Amino acid sequence: MTEFFQSLGMSYEWAWGVATVAGILLIALPLMLAVAMIIYADRKIWAAIALRRGPNVVGPFGLLQSFADGLKVFLQETIIPTGANRGLFLIAPIITFTVALMAWAVIPFNSGAVLADINVGLLYILAVSSLGVYGVVLSGWASNSKYPFFSAMRAAAQMISYEVSIGFILVCVVLYADSFNLNEIIKAQQGHGLGIVNAFGFNLLLFPIAVIFLIASLAETARAPFDLTEAESELVAGYQTEYSSMAFALFWLGEYANVLLMATLNAILFWGGWLPPIDWAPLYAVPGIVWLFAKILFFFFVFSWVKATVPRYRYDQLMRLGWKIFLPISLIWIFLISGWLMLTRYS
Amino acid sequence: MSYLGHLVKSFTLWEFVKAHALTLKYFFKPKATINYPFEKNPLSPRFRGEHALRRYPNGEERCIACKLCEAVCPAQAITIEAEPRDDGSRRTTRYDIDMTKCIYCGFCQEACPVDAIVEGPNFEFATETREELLYDKAKLLANGDKWERAIAANLAADAPYR
Repeated sequence: MTEFFQSLGMSYEWAWGVATVAGILLIALPLMLAVAMIIYADRKIWAAIALRRGPNVVGPFGLLQSFADGLKVFLQETIIPTGANRGLFLIAPIITFTVALMAWAVIPFNSGAVLADINVGLLYILAVSSLGVYGVVLSGWASNSKYPFFSAMRAAAQMISYEVSIGFILVCVVLYADSFNLNEIIKAQQGHGLGIVNAFGFNLLLFPIAVIFLIASLAETARAPFDLTEAESELVAGYQTEYSSMAFALFWLGEYANVLLMATLNAILFWGGWLPPIDWAPLYAVPGIVWLFAKILFFFFVFSWVKATVPRYRYDQLMRLGWKIFLPISLIWIFLISGWLMLTRYS
Repeated sequence: MSYLGHLVKSFTLWEFVKAHALTLKYFFKPKATINYPFEKNPLSPRFRGEHALRRYPNGEERCIACKLCEAVCPAQAITIEAEPRDDGSRRTTRYDIDMTKCIYCGFCQEACPVDAIVEGPNFEFATETREELLYDKAKLLANGDKWERAIAANLAADAPYR
């Protein structure tokens, strides 16, 4: 894109700047639209499993429900509690929202179609998703209210516990792909399974950690069985309790953008990203972005499906699962995979 | 053996897979809820909804200000004041129901000797202010005029069982 702006007579620096801003808008605006539709889809899927109808009045099939909600929230007053720390209280949702958008910079939408093609993309994603917890912790502390505070404590512990095993799982993927660059990781999956299928997930050695990664990403985004941070029955709405208006909407948008990001990571790291599922020439005629979106939507459906199916974990069960099951398994798997690669690839 | 089976089950997430298969089956089932504002459930003739004061067919109001409903009302939502009218008959000058107090028990229509106060089939009378729910006599009579056909049909349908 830089070349295009250069051809309009700009200097290289200006053209690069304009191209980057255009790229950011090209990702962020459709992402916001996608988040609005995904909130609607989430409610619809959940409703369908509970034999309800879900939103069906605003617009055809209720498709405009999220926009109506957004407008309502936008017109509300932002209430800041008297005891709250004003600065931190307002900056917390901004952090959550910004961080949720930041990670998308390194997501490849098609071969080479990525905003920042950095060679440590996976490390960048780990770093950014760890920053996400600051929004939650700050909001819980700045609200100066007991339930948000409990929620913030839980969020901090939960995200740290699961990020450890996510880190180890990513090590397995990196070992197999031989690169931290997400584009290279996807390319390494081409014809991975006996030259037929394009996905690490079909590898018997990698399938178990693909499942663990899916579960850990549920925990990382604080979704259904691990939604202890906003457990309605115990903590009112968790860290969002004191929030209203756009501050609340930013949390909401950030949360769903994170859910989409985790669905995308599942698709990219284990299920071939923008590659078609089967390594067969005619399938490459379909643009890669279509395959990626299909996979993202599938994983989003799984997220909603799990949300509608399982009850919430107790806090000690959550910790037990993270530290005593996922962590040992992912550690053992690193040994298994590096041993296997030593035997087959590097001997 | 059962220990081993338990181990295999928990490592293959067997219970989770089963639960998700079940919910996926429900995902494709027809919806159990009705499409409310466009579709409504049938109501019993005894349904106790919004109150109405009825009139005789000649337009004379039925209520004779006996105050039995006011006396029986467990929520004390009804307030009645009465005076003899110019023609000597006893009528209400004031008949208020505080719909925010009313518990829709139906005692008022049970107590009424002339079937004047009844609870009609209407349940969609939400308002935007609380004051609009403090019904006066004019509002109740208007309700009676509006819902008379439905109320009369309901009373007729229920009459054999009383």
